Amino acid sequence: MSKIIKTPEEAKQNQSYKAALVELLYQFADDDFIISFRGSEWLGLAPHIEEDVAFSSITQNTMGHATMFFQMLEELGEGDADHLAHGRSPGERRSSVYLEKMNGSGSYIEDANYDWALAVVRNFLYETLKRVKLEAATRSSYEPLIFIARKILMEQTYHLAHWRLWIQQLQASTEEAKAKISARLEEAWQEFGDAIELGPKADDIHRFDLLIDEETLKKRWLEKVNEVLAEKYESLPKKKLGNGRIGEFNADLEQAIDIFTAVYRTDVEAAW
Amino acid sequence: MVQLMPDEEVLEVLKTVDDPELTNVSVYDLGMVYSVVLNGGHVSVTMVPTFAGCPALDFIERDVKKAIEHLPWVDSCEVKFSFEYQWTTDLITDRGKVQLRKLGISPPPDHYRVGEEWTVDCPYCSSSYTSMENVFGPTACRSILYCLDCRNPFEAMKPVIVEEETA
Repeated sequence: MSKIIKTPEEAKQNQSYKAALVELLYQFADDDFIISFRGSEWLGLAPHIEEDVAFSSITQNTMGHATMFFQMLEELGEGDADHLAHGRSPGERRSSVYLEKMNGSGSYIEDANYDWALAVVRNFLYETLKRVKLEAATRSSYEPLIFIARKILMEQTYHLAHWRLWIQQLQASTEEAKAKISARLEEAWQEFGDAIELGPKADDIHRFDLLIDEETLKKRWLEKVNEVLAEKYESLPKKKLGNGRIGEFNADLEQAIDIFTAVYRTDVEAAW
Repeated sequence: MVQLMPDEEVLEVLKTVDDPELTNVSVYDLGMVYSVVLNGGHVSVTMVPTFAGCPALDFIERDVKKAIEHLPWVDSCEVKFSFEYQWTTDLITDRGKVQLRKLGISPPPDHYRVGEEWTVDCPYCSSSYTSMENVFGPTACRSILYCLDCRNPFEAMKPVIVEEETA
């Protein structure tokens, strides 16, 4: 076990340690941020009123988790947290391309032709991954990350339970529901691949005991999702949409940034 | 009148600062105050946030600072939130529980452990014949329930606890 690094100042003393840490934190922050944005677009459109309350509560809380990661990056000298969330270009973001994908056609204001099966599958796969990563982060060599991971795990329990329930219910539901979930899972197995990776600094992230190695992460994630899936997957997802961990993105991310920065851009100095 | 020590005086003030989303429930009774450190006329308060995504944190920080700086001997007050200490629903005081019930919000069960069945009594009639309508409620820390005895909808604080280490 590596030495425990207690403060951002201490982390900054070793350039390669800091670089690996920052890379990992961007992945945590950007994933939480973009999935919250896609979740926020469902507000008022979820299948029923109780789900609207639940999904928006989860989304707001997840956005709070993204904020915590952006603040950790700010403390490491990456710049203002608001800027990190709103001011970075698509190529600077490290979120998984699959998480950036639009909810469906149309916009949340007009002709929102969103697909609930995509929302359920995407959130279930992501929250399962987030749990595996956070559990590993409670043994990180960076102490502030340990504290944040413990905090988030206490809350995220409810998020994961929610999406597990949806998957279980729909898999045991009508033929139509089963077919829709199954098709979205097939699609995810073509596209979710970058989410379960740790990017170009994966070796350093492991070497410095910031998190577990990528192979262990993938293995644990697959075991956890298979506990719930009606049809078990033996192989790991591919990266058909690209690899967000190396800065790849597509038009869906640009669409998201354009919308979520619309207010921010009107006055970047404003305090909210 | 008993003369309070300065740190006791600060705690008394903190018992009067409400959570912006829970009228008459103070941040002290919610268990959000971790420590108070005095240095002459300067007061440092360390607080633990309930839920990370809680949008009320900035308001709480402002309200606490303002209330403490109102004490005549205080020159300045600094409020900071720390994630180093874990907030759990076990930190809510007995008075906090009473005040929550007055708002129609059932306090969390005592000494809850993950995976245990969780029953909630109605804050109005104390019946345990209740049903969970939605784990997620109007704020991140609350759930929505219904009392099948007195036929009132009500809310409950979600149990939030530190999970025991899994191997």
